[in-house]
Amino acid sequence: MKRNFSSFWFEIREGIGMSFSAIRANKMRSSLTTLGIVIGIVSVTLMGTAIEGLDRAFNENITKLGADNLYVQKFAWFDNDNWWKFRNRKDIKMEQFFVVQREITSATLVTPVVGTVKTVQHKSKDLPGVFTVGTSDQFFPLNNMNVEYGRVFTEAEAFGGRPVVVLGSAVAENVFPNESPVGKNVRVGTHTYRCIGVLEKQGSFLGLFSLDNRVFVPINSFFTRFGSEWGIQIHVKAGDSKNMDETKEELRGILRKVRRVPPGIEDDFAINQQDLFIQTFNAIGLVIAGIGLFITALSLFVGAIGIMNIMFVTVKERTKEIGIRKAIGARRKTILLQFLIESSSLSLFGGILGIIISYPLSLLINQFIPTSMPIAIIVVAILISLIVGVVSGLLPAIRASKLDPVEALRYE
Amino acid sequence: MPNVINIQHISKSYEMGDQTVHALEDVSLRIDRGEYLAIMGPSGSGKSTLMNMLGCLDTPTSGLYQFNDANVSSMTDDDLARIRNKEIGFVFQTFNLLARSNTLHNVELPLIYAGIRKEERYRRALEALTHVGLEQRIHHKPNELSGGQRQRVAIARALVTKPSIILADEPTGNLDTKTGDEIMQLFGELHKEGHTIILVTHEEYIAEHAHRIIRLRDGRVEKDEVVIKQVKK
Repeated sequence: MKRNFSSFWFEIREGIGMSFSAIRANKMRSSLTTLGIVIGIVSVTLMGTAIEGLDRAFNENITKLGADNLYVQKFAWFDNDNWWKFRNRKDIKMEQFFVVQREITSATLVTPVVGTVKTVQHKSKDLPGVFTVGTSDQFFPLNNMNVEYGRVFTEAEAFGGRPVVVLGSAVAENVFPNESPVGKNVRVGTHTYRCIGVLEKQGSFLGLFSLDNRVFVPINSFFTRFGSEWGIQIHVKAGDSKNMDETKEELRGILRKVRRVPPGIEDDFAINQQDLFIQTFNAIGLVIAGIGLFITALSLFVGAIGIMNIMFVTVKERTKEIGIRKAIGARRKTILLQFLIESSSLSLFGGILGIIISYPLSLLINQFIPTSMPIAIIVVAILISLIVGVVSGLLPAIRASKLDPVEALRYE
Repeated sequence: MPNVINIQHISKSYEMGDQTVHALEDVSLRIDRGEYLAIMGPSGSGKSTLMNMLGCLDTPTSGLYQFNDANVSSMTDDDLARIRNKEIGFVFQTFNLLARSNTLHNVELPLIYAGIRKEERYRRALEALTHVGLEQRIHHKPNELSGGQRQRVAIARALVTKPSIILADEPTGNLDTKTGDEIMQLFGELHKEGHTIILVTHEEYIAEHAHRIIRLRDGRVEKDEVVIKQVKK
């Protein structure tokens, strides 16, 4: 038994040595054969890297939404089928906000939010397309926003409709390139506001739009200057992500009552939360992974066929060698093992080449989404290429192991 | 003197298309330890078939083949491989070395299949190569060696497992006369050291080195003659 075991290891080492010398002797052929594996491994590693990057970007962004925030809106997120139904719902009005604010007990912060797009101007500098938000003082703690300079507006200023504005960092940089904006007047649309603060840099949301290209004005000044017919959103912080459901139910009860939704009729408003983003993102991730898997499987399949083909050729070419080995004592499984090792080495060689190629490409992806090639994907890639090697080498190796030594020795 | 090989009434036939070819018919043969034997015959006489049989590369259709008292006729492929590995040293007309491997690795290969440890393999391979006078050539590839040297490597490979018999199939067939003579001289020395040698050849002057000549014709033993009476120890 001991002898069998040691000879097994010697045979493996012999197989590895021989397969390396065979690959060295046929460099061109081996490289071409392994191309399918290279492409497969490149696609699997890059796909893994990209998904990792998307995941990371998403997780960084989703925290900006706040895990315990609820967003009361006419529209439900990620439900595009019912656009007209949502469109025809009654707007959410300030009176409803005040009722919510007064009655809700399980929430820590409640704020109305309304928005439009305006041009912000100071002296000769003007910046079009700035998202102008009308809200209350509670908006800032609700979204974990802090000021870089100055201050945010107070509750009295918010509901008193004072003409003060808090600038996003990008707006401040563009409109006040060389001076501090605090205490200066800016024009938002056609109205003059006094700047009282600048927010810290918030970054972008999923890389789609900047959170810093915004200005914030007291909600009542928004209505008096930009029109009072706007529908609002109500943002609510539950204060504890464990009590989300409780808060949501309470909020729903209050809104149904204030909006006079009869029992048995569905809500004419939506309460959105970040879970919806997570669900949607996971669905998108699944689609990307599915496409990636398909491309990978296809190229690995082509690669496997290539290796199988070349292994049949190799076995044929080396019939004589197989005869010699059998004559001096190689058993069936010795020959089987040798050719399996050879096909696996070939495939592994392709896999390693694939990793080497995809590494610089992953740095390229890093330019668009911050990511790095995960170690796990490298391990998976190596395992996959080994498995493909064994599977594709199986038939040729079985054929080699079953060769009749007399016939094989006679082969020229 | 114990029998190494005991063959009783063996036959071998092949199916060739729709007719049966009888390559060997009712051949009986005993070979003793320490014999130097030549098997002769024209092509088609069945000497290749007999050699394959003796070398455990093939099994007879009928009859008994005992090798060191073990019944070869009923062995599995792996058992036959083990017998070839441990008990038989092959020397071929075309040398049959592995082209990409150096001398040392070629000679070590049977020991790898026997599961011998690395240091031991090296020691025994070097010993066998020293025996054939090639200890200076251990890192050469076959294509860097002359025909005579290649055949010496093959002989070293045959010797390295200390087999019961050395089976040489036309060992001088691809060599010039002078080199062929040197190889035959080497076989002579190996015989003197106590090795059992079986030559398969169609050349009379090669067969003359042996002490017993078996002539085959049409798959039967035509003549089995002792050329030189062996000295009993």
